[in-house]
Amino acid sequence: MSTQTLAYDTAGRNAYRRVWARLFHTVFLCATLFGIVALAVLLITVGLDGLGRVSWDFINGYPSRFAERAGIKSALFGTFWLMGMTAMIAVPIGVGAAIYLEEFAARNWLTKIIETNINNLAGVPSIIYGLLGLAIFVRVMGLDRSVLAGALTMALLILPIIIVAAREGLRSVPPSIREAALAVGATPWQTVRFQVLPPAMPMILTGVILALSRAIGETAPLIIIGALAFVAFVPDGPLSSFTVLPIQIYNWTSRPQPEFAQTAAAGIVVLLAVLLSMNAVAVILRNYFERKRKW
Amino acid sequence: MNLTRMKTLRSMVAGLAAASLAAFAIACSDDASEPEPGVTSAPQLSGSILIDGSSTVFPITEAVAEEFREEQRNVRVTVGIAGTGGGFQKFCNGEIAIQDASRPINATEREACAAKGIEYIELPVAYDALSVVVNPQNTWATCITIAELKKAWEPAAQGNVTNWNQVKSDYPNADLKLFGPGTDSGTFDYFTERVNGKAKDSRGDFTASEDDNVLVQGVAGDRNALGYFGLAYYLENASRLKALTIDSGNGTCVAPSAATVENGTYPLSRPLLIYVRKAEAQKPEVKAFVDFYIENAAALSADVGYVKFPDQVYGLVQQRWTAQKAGSMYLNASSTTPIGQLLAQP
Repeated sequence: MSTQTLAYDTAGRNAYRRVWARLFHTVFLCATLFGIVALAVLLITVGLDGLGRVSWDFINGYPSRFAERAGIKSALFGTFWLMGMTAMIAVPIGVGAAIYLEEFAARNWLTKIIETNINNLAGVPSIIYGLLGLAIFVRVMGLDRSVLAGALTMALLILPIIIVAAREGLRSVPPSIREAALAVGATPWQTVRFQVLPPAMPMILTGVILALSRAIGETAPLIIIGALAFVAFVPDGPLSSFTVLPIQIYNWTSRPQPEFAQTAAAGIVVLLAVLLSMNAVAVILRNYFERKRKW
Repeated sequence: MNLTRMKTLRSMVAGLAAASLAAFAIACSDDASEPEPGVTSAPQLSGSILIDGSSTVFPITEAVAEEFREEQRNVRVTVGIAGTGGGFQKFCNGEIAIQDASRPINATEREACAAKGIEYIELPVAYDALSVVVNPQNTWATCITIAELKKAWEPAAQGNVTNWNQVKSDYPNADLKLFGPGTDSGTFDYFTERVNGKAKDSRGDFTASEDDNVLVQGVAGDRNALGYFGLAYYLENASRLKALTIDSGNGTCVAPSAATVENGTYPLSRPLLIYVRKAEAQKPEVKAFVDFYIENAAALSADVGYVKFPDQVYGLVQQRWTAQKAGSMYLNASSTTPIGQLLAQP
């Protein structure tokens, strides 16, 4: 009698456990699909609206009051300039700070304060960086509304993200590698330069690309520092005025004429293409460094 | 091993840098080698003109800058959208040459400009009108008075006026759903000043959006909606919306249209302005640009959905500009005074 009851219970409990297992399987599948489906819907609607409008004239044209004549050249080149200069400023500083904090800094209260503050900075709303940029770069340093002022502001905005990611990357290199290098007579700098930095590069690059992907879509800080909505020339130097893709897109979406919605969609297609090619370059570089790793 | 790896990396980086440099070079040379169509007999000027301010005035200034570029290819005109307030801060700080404004300069801004010794020439360029709209399925409302609008939108209405029959007793018992621009918008400032008597005085419990296209969607999708936004947004979506005619209190209902705005009978319209820094106005490129602006404001403002002034008003604007008359016309006049009268002031 008692064995029968036990067998019955086990079967019941197993069925119950399996239901839960399946339930959570479904829940997690939905969680995964949620983001992907949203992205697919976005890509499809934007593609349907905008793809037909993307042409050489669109990419090589300047803004216009007529939706069908409006082009995106100044914004596209503004974005290239801004992203290029932001990366040139933020990557060396960010990676340098990470190397210092991870490899050289003494573990004391000062380092702890710096670390906490860097983590907090990553959560500061972007418009605050815009105000800071306006006060320091535009007004005090007198850079006006130049690409350089924009790039410095954007660099500040993404520095915390780069530092945090680069530190994670450096931390993922086992201490034994450093010890081995030091043991055969390498200086601490040689150790970092030849043994720690190369294997950490994939993670650092992932961080850099995430950071730049955030910066490429930012509008608020640039509007504050005075990036412009109508620019009919391509920047010709770091001190030139500029506009960027998100500002141009925003400007088109707020027009009353419905044709501008299509132009805006085409702008989004171009922005996505730039973003995806940036990501592709990062993936290629990351794979390259991963292949080169000897352990 | 390390050395070769670093060398490969270096060449990759160098390659990337070279590629991007080449891209820039192509872009620049492309621009420089572009032929210059539409070269007129006018002398070719150069220099740059910095413009910032209201996003409402932006489309007109953008259109002017676009056309001006055809004539003067070497003058670099840039237009920002910092907002009327944000623009005046820059203008009175001497950072920009021309300010786009959707309202006259206020007392604080006048003081800021005076403190920096910045003199300006105030030039009206076109009308912006508001439309008050309902859903096409709304059968009860056709003409609305300013007083009734105030009943629906004044601060005291918050939480109390929630039904159409509270706005006017012959309206049916139906929920009142309100749609309007966000509080940062110049349209909001103008509507609240004109209807409720004081700028920014409004109930807060309505659906607000800085994007007028969102408001169009909202009103088009709700039978009980009442909303207001720029006239251009109504005209572009006239098939999905119904505009109410407005009675300013004299018993005549005026429909919003380019004609009624231009002849001054439609009550919900305001002039848009530009402010030119007097010191900059001496520069030939700025002078040419403003001349071009006044000359083409009528045609270009209509292109982008605003309403032009009558021709004689542009004549007065041109006179004001030629005389380089500094200061604001609104010092001793209300902002609702007809523009022709304001300009005719001594």
